[in-house]
Amino acid sequence: MLTYVLRRCMATLPVILVVSLFVFSLLYIAPGDPALIIAGDQATPEVVERVRHSLGLDKPFLVRFYEWGWNIIRGDLGRSVLSGKPVAELILQRIEPTISLMALTLILSVGIAVPLGVAAAWARGTFFDRFAMIFCVAGFSLPLFVTGYLFAYVFGLKLGWLPVQGYSPLEKGVLPWLRSLILPASALAVVYVALITRITRASMLEVLSRDYIRTARAKGLGSLAILFVHALKNAAIPIITVVGTGVALLIGGSVVAESVFALPGLGRLTIDAILSRDYPVIQGVVLLFSISYVLLNLLVDILYTVFDPRISY
Amino acid sequence: MNISSHPASVIDRRASIWERSFSFVRRQPMIIGPALTLAALIVMAIAAPWLGTVDPGALDPAARLRDLSPEHWFGTDLLGRDLYSRVIYGARVSLIVGFTVALLASAFGILIGVISGFSRWLDPVIMRIMDGMMAIPSILLAIALVALTGASMRNVIFAITLAEVPRVARLVRSVVLSIREEPYIDAAIIGGAGPIRIIWKHVLPNTVAPVTVQATYICASAMIAESILSFIGAGLPPTVPSWGNIIAEGRMVWQIKPTLIFFPALFLSINILAINMLGDGLREALDPRLPKER
Repeated sequence: MLTYVLRRCMATLPVILVVSLFVFSLLYIAPGDPALIIAGDQATPEVVERVRHSLGLDKPFLVRFYEWGWNIIRGDLGRSVLSGKPVAELILQRIEPTISLMALTLILSVGIAVPLGVAAAWARGTFFDRFAMIFCVAGFSLPLFVTGYLFAYVFGLKLGWLPVQGYSPLEKGVLPWLRSLILPASALAVVYVALITRITRASMLEVLSRDYIRTARAKGLGSLAILFVHALKNAAIPIITVVGTGVALLIGGSVVAESVFALPGLGRLTIDAILSRDYPVIQGVVLLFSISYVLLNLLVDILYTVFDPRISY
Repeated sequence: MNISSHPASVIDRRASIWERSFSFVRRQPMIIGPALTLAALIVMAIAAPWLGTVDPGALDPAARLRDLSPEHWFGTDLLGRDLYSRVIYGARVSLIVGFTVALLASAFGILIGVISGFSRWLDPVIMRIMDGMMAIPSILLAIALVALTGASMRNVIFAITLAEVPRVARLVRSVVLSIREEPYIDAAIIGGAGPIRIIWKHVLPNTVAPVTVQATYICASAMIAESILSFIGAGLPPTVPSWGNIIAEGRMVWQIKPTLIFFPALFLSINILAINMLGDGLREALDPRLPKER
């Protein structure tokens, strides 16, 4: 068990290294002089020179990468070109709405998708199953701003049940916080639910045809016990895998959702940074999201052993 | 042996392309609807100037935010531009980005996948790079690249392609690895076939089915990515009438004029739905054993 966890952690290290190298070199594979890009089109030569020096562009590539990586390990992501504030500080200021949104979406999606997928597999070939599968294709095809604006229009503007836009921090009370996040989280959940439902159904269908399910039925167990105790546990590995890899969709989606619903999170920070070409900020956010994604999938790998102890050998 | 019971032999090698297409559609009637929808969208994009449209960039400050009317079927936007014309022309942008990315990503993915599958010493290096690229959520990678290289059609296509290549490369590599162990490859080597001939004659044909299916999904996700990039201001220049740009411009006034978002969103959704359903149909038809995930 411990060996397995350690081995997975070791296997993650090179991925993190490649990700960091890639994010770092983004600035250098772009055409043109990075100092010019950061300084902007109207910069005077002195400004460009100052930017070049502050980026350390006069040093060799690997030396710069080493220094950059070492700074990041110590929590220094560089400084915003625009405001001069440390990138880490800007990210910390904006991280709460994004984490709240993603956590709520994750809970909501798994809570809806797993029972839906199990039910669709159980009722295979019925009208309900067809309906669930049509929902999955449609859910996968509706871009987030379509569902986002639809929900905001119907539930916010027309029915007036929930706030249309804006965010209420957790410290001002749980209920307003939850109310401000229900619409964006639901809109973001549509794609994710479609993805998880599809896999849950496919994985359940495979498990339900096994001998031990027939045995469980023969010894008189009820449908619910068979589905959720015997079948779901054995069908869990593909489901948690897709929950992990699907987070990539959530990360891209949160940028759009924060824009549609005016949430002051990391997505908003990214968009503002893009518009003002604040490159260190973009780099910092991309690196943070990517490494979180890698670590989350490491956690998924470790979770495998909970559902299938054979994996740890 | 009853030959007609074997589905593969129904399609004779010498059957014409029409006969083959017919039998293909007969086995998969599910793809007719999406295929016709996609064909209609392509015709609409090509025939845009003759569909009662005006210049999609023509400003008319006197006629801002008009309601739907016989002159302006979908109304006008903040700058008085005709929304119907902009939405119809938007199909061009979406289709060009979707198809170009699907083609380029497949081509580079096949190239990298074949090299990786055949070269034992390059394989670990290439695959670690691909793992690293796949660890960056694709839309985030595209955002970073476009933010850097500037808003243009070429850069958007480049950024989305780069984010999609690793997926195809992995798929092709897995096909190559399984094909490499087949006895007929040994037979071909004994028969004196060189590596180029083996790849061309025996390996590439086996990648066609899975890559075609994957390319369909890539096409759909590239269209979504383009609209997201344009929507957040890291995509095509605002002068280009892409559906993402139209939605982004409608964002300011959507609470009073929801049609500004409704129409581009409707066309975008139909377009992506048709392509995704086409992909599902192709997958069922070409190989039912392909994995269900994307």
